[in-house]
Amino acid sequence: MSPELEIVLIGVVTAVAAALPGTYLVLRRTALVSDAISHAILPGIVVAFFFTHDLNSPLLLLAAAATGVLAVVLIEVLIRSRLVPEDASIGLVFPALFSIGVILISRYAGGVHLDTDSVLLGELAFAPFDRLLVGGVDLGPRALWTMGAILILNLVVIGLAWKELKLATVDAGLATLLGFSPALIHYSLMTLVSITAVGAFDAVGSILVVALMIAPPATAYLVVDRFAPMLWLGAVVAAVSAVLGYGVAFLLDVSIAGSMAGACGLLFLIAFLFAPRRGLLAQGRRRAVQRLDLGVRMLVVHLLHHQDTEAAEEECGLPRLHRHLQWSVGRTQHVVREAERRTLVERSGELLRATDAGSRLAEAAITGEFLILDS
Amino acid sequence: MDLFGDYTLRLVALGSAVLGATSGALGAFAYLRRQSLLGDAVSHAALPGIAIAFLLTGSKAPLVLMVGAGLAGWIGTLVVRVVVGRSRVPYDSALGIVLSVFFGVGLVLLTFIQKQPNAAQAGLDSFLFGQAASLLRQDVVTMAVLAAAALVILALLWKEFKLLSFDPDFASSLGLPVQRLDGLLTLLLVMAIVIGLQTVGVVLMSAMIVAPAAAARQWSRRLLPMVFLAALIGVFSGVAGSLMSSIVPRLPTGPTIVLVLSVVVVGSLMLAPQRGLVWRFLRLGRLLRAPDLDPVLMHLYALSLQHAGDPEHGHNIAVLRTMSPSGADVGAALEGLADRGLAQQTGDGLWAPTPIGRREAERVLEREAES
Repeated sequence: MSPELEIVLIGVVTAVAAALPGTYLVLRRTALVSDAISHAILPGIVVAFFFTHDLNSPLLLLAAAATGVLAVVLIEVLIRSRLVPEDASIGLVFPALFSIGVILISRYAGGVHLDTDSVLLGELAFAPFDRLLVGGVDLGPRALWTMGAILILNLVVIGLAWKELKLATVDAGLATLLGFSPALIHYSLMTLVSITAVGAFDAVGSILVVALMIAPPATAYLVVDRFAPMLWLGAVVAAVSAVLGYGVAFLLDVSIAGSMAGACGLLFLIAFLFAPRRGLLAQGRRRAVQRLDLGVRMLVVHLLHHQDTEAAEEECGLPRLHRHLQWSVGRTQHVVREAERRTLVERSGELLRATDAGSRLAEAAITGEFLILDS
Repeated sequence: MDLFGDYTLRLVALGSAVLGATSGALGAFAYLRRQSLLGDAVSHAALPGIAIAFLLTGSKAPLVLMVGAGLAGWIGTLVVRVVVGRSRVPYDSALGIVLSVFFGVGLVLLTFIQKQPNAAQAGLDSFLFGQAASLLRQDVVTMAVLAAAALVILALLWKEFKLLSFDPDFASSLGLPVQRLDGLLTLLLVMAIVIGLQTVGVVLMSAMIVAPAAAARQWSRRLLPMVFLAALIGVFSGVAGSLMSSIVPRLPTGPTIVLVLSVVVVGSLMLAPQRGLVWRFLRLGRLLRAPDLDPVLMHLYALSLQHAGDPEHGHNIAVLRTMSPSGADVGAALEGLADRGLAQQTGDGLWAPTPIGRREAERVLEREAES
């Protein structure tokens, strides 16, 4: 495999591994815990590194993941003490832990692979240089194996605890009532998030972990309504972001991690604007249709009220219709055209008149009955 | 050693004091308005603004970079507001997306700038973790002017902001332009963050917003003292942290300030009067250790009922012990009752309720019967 392909593969595996637990975080409204965990694991990584001298040691992975869970416990303790509100608790815990990590690195780890930039930003470009050798045989980049194992772990845990996780996420009250321990589910999930963050951070840095965990599931949340599709669509969006991000980074020779985060944002923006039904565009179109429909109903009511009276020519004549309805000329024309298209009004010369269908609609509107129109 | 005689150190201390005061004061409002994590999003979102400002102007003048950072941070808050308002994406997810995506784009731009052939870009990455030692005179002057502007606006609109923070519905019923005030207060928060970026860095700046406020809140229930105390804590931590990092080699400024702050926060959580965990713990211990008087009085009363003709008849303490749960300090409870005039010692190890004690016991019984 070429190094480029390996980088893309590591990126995709990392992205999917992160998006899976991220879906639960988004739905449980604990998205920023990923931010806290991805920063808080740093001192764990550094301290474990002092002992193992090997960034890829499984021991280091576990120690660091434990720090992530510790951060969650600290946050819970602060919240429980009722001295600090929830959001501030998160904001107090992770900067402190992260600071300890950064200071340890700059004071004591000078010259080794561990430095603050790679912590924060990741060095995906260097990942292919670190090979997994077993008995002298090159099995590929080590990061790929690590993240692959974490991806499988996430899949297995989610598969095994599918029902419990889903219920606790969608309806925590019912889950508790049925005897599932919310604390157990919460901490299992947080452990998964920690392990994923630790595995991912070496490759992509702590900030991108946050982007990959939150943005793709949130993107999927804008598009689909059911849980399982959201989970896999989030994974697909994450994978696409990884590929897209790498492409841009390759072309411009810039930070791969940053570029992937940017791609996550771009896909979210596209969904935010163009998602069917929920996108801004669909919302706008729906509003326009409703506005037009309301206009048509008002028009036929107005016509029914004034036609066959002496003032019909004044009130129902096209030249001054917009003044009586207090609409702009453009809107009046638009509504009249729509009403004619639906044969709710008919025109003789300059004079408008509600048809039988139009009169029925107007009467229904007046009596408060809501007739569905065929459009 | 004459710390403040050194020109650089004086500059660093001054800059950190300015930053601590503004972020402390405005952080107090963010804290009370449950916007603690908005600061995190704003400070991360500022990074691309710094890079774009540099790319567009080629200048590293503090005002240019701060304006860029402020604009980007402010746009970040707008994006959060639009996303939350126009979709079902929850607030915390919107914050997370803005935080990570803006920061990622900032990184892309920074790495892009670093690839440029000119060397003028050096130092831009000190915005990640902050570098107190790199503060120049013009940086501090710019910071001070912006800080003064922010604090003056805060003072002028004090009453409005106070009302907005505690009861926005009431504020709007009074006819205050709540939306605009909200936007202005958020803008001031963005300014406070921008002021600190060069010293503390984008990654940890949010702690400067949350931590002084969280510590100050423990000591005060009122807004004005809380804001002043938060500003004071901000000044203290900023100065202490940045001086340490200027003197000790390889001690990054942002993390050092945050650690000083964290110590202050932990101390406040432990020691603050009434609320503090230490006092709470001591109170709990006293409660657990204090002998429970009521049950012993009731036992004494029950025994006295069996001697209706002689209410002052003394009862052996051993009997009372067998009636009480094991481990209860019956002797201490009897002393306590005697202190209050509810029981009296009638002989060696013999106790009886006083008339007041009997009435008190009857009152307890009535109360229990009612509930």
